[in-house]
Amino acid sequence: MSLPEPFRLAAFVLGILSFVGLNAAYLVWVEPNGAGRFQRRPGPTEAGPAGLLQPIADALKLMSKQLIVPPGVDATLFRTAPVLVMIPALVGLAVIPFSEKLVALDVNFGLLLVFALGSINVIAVMLAAWSSRNKYAIIAAARVVSQNIAYEIPMLLVVITVILSSGTLNLNEIVRQQEGWFWNWNAFKVWVNPLAPFTFLIFFTCMLAETNRAPFDMAEAESELVAGAYTEYSSMGFGVFFMAEYANILLGCAIGTVLFLGGWQSPIGMFSGAIWFLLKMYFLVFTVVWIRWTFPRTQFYGLLNLSWKILIPVSLFTLLLSSAMLKLL
Amino acid sequence: MKPIREFFSGLKSLFIGMGITLRQFFKPTITLQYPHESLKMPKRFRGHIELVRDQETGRPLCYACTLCQKACPSDCIMLEGAKMEGEKKKSVTKYVLDFTKCSLCGACVEVCPDDCIQFSNQYNLACLSKDEYLVELFKMLEDESRSDGFPPWPKPPAPGVADNKAAPASARSGPPSATTPVQNPGTPRPATEKPEEKPS
Repeated sequence: MSLPEPFRLAAFVLGILSFVGLNAAYLVWVEPNGAGRFQRRPGPTEAGPAGLLQPIADALKLMSKQLIVPPGVDATLFRTAPVLVMIPALVGLAVIPFSEKLVALDVNFGLLLVFALGSINVIAVMLAAWSSRNKYAIIAAARVVSQNIAYEIPMLLVVITVILSSGTLNLNEIVRQQEGWFWNWNAFKVWVNPLAPFTFLIFFTCMLAETNRAPFDMAEAESELVAGAYTEYSSMGFGVFFMAEYANILLGCAIGTVLFLGGWQSPIGMFSGAIWFLLKMYFLVFTVVWIRWTFPRTQFYGLLNLSWKILIPVSLFTLLLSSAMLKLL
Repeated sequence: MKPIREFFSGLKSLFIGMGITLRQFFKPTITLQYPHESLKMPKRFRGHIELVRDQETGRPLCYACTLCQKACPSDCIMLEGAKMEGEKKKSVTKYVLDFTKCSLCGACVEVCPDDCIQFSNQYNLACLSKDEYLVELFKMLEDESRSDGFPPWPKPPAPGVADNKAAPASARSGPPSATTPVQNPGTPRPATEKPEEKPS
């Protein structure tokens, strides 16, 4: 694979755009089907075989509707927010190594890039809510900000434990260090960090909170806040937020796979490749759906208590422990 | 120690909950795709009434005694009977249930002396117009018998000369007793009450 640089770039831009788009669209299909199976229903079945045309029908319906910009909203920000919300997923996937060779941008600061851009998601939701000039949206904005501050901290703390032990920010290098059988994955490397499985759990919990997924979907909270931050959005404006939710879940699961589950490394130490990366990533995506349909939404103080009283102390402790282990061993 | 114990028991309960939902995930779905398939009602479901068929001839057991019509509190049964050629007993020739008025009380089934009507299992009863709720129970049974391969039923003598013409009270023009002769259930009518024009 040695295409000249402009072609390589174009191929990856196209590839990532279509990967994100298709995944976002078909995770919208996976969600109701998963929900259905968890409740012993078949899910959507009418549009196409096994309801496979449902996302296309949904998209057509959304596009045929009027994009209403209500009077009194900050029109510029109102229109910018749906564009911004897709950015983390689109740019973040550029540095994700799908396999050893299949990575758009093999840079040394990959991890930093993902987490720096990941915060745009929060800003976008906050802008959407703020510019809507709607009381429900404002409450959602306040919740989004406090929730994301609370969960960014433990997430970055557990990521730092991984960076400490691997000594690099290059995602491909981090995956390469997890070579071998599955106990070499960062989530199971207990001889480097005795609390390794917990760091993975903390990361996954924070990922759920960062992407505003149930049981932490405080920004949307349809039973309390109509549609939270998206209350005033109609047509494809809402559709983009909807897709971005899944695109960001995809990115979160990709990062989780790379950092903790050995990325493209196979669990048996041979035949590594993109297929393993995709399998692990989609398993995490399935777990996200699984969690949503298992647990009810937490209350807001419960959410903050979980972060400040449990996740942050535990992740600080794991950070101390793993750095001590690094020094001693 | 207590908060740590609580933390671990809480964490454990999360995994237990996920285990339960995962088990449900792999069980077969129990949805019935309603417009495409519908539930079979149990035998004792009390739908609207239907005529009971004589298992040998495929004809209705009903001999138009009109007791059900009289028992009906909301006048929703309308039936006619006639004597078929070469038969001693009368038999029903028309049986219409006005389902818009029927409250499914079952008084008609209760009163029927020979169990000639029963509750059907029908429950898909939404219609587009009021006329469709006039359920032609006799025609329904006739069609059903024909499709089950029974010989065609004997035709009633001639239109307008039916033995016993009965209509719900609301449709009656004269005094009720004039048009609906009282009849002993289970016994053939006396010859004296028969109309003058006999079927040829």
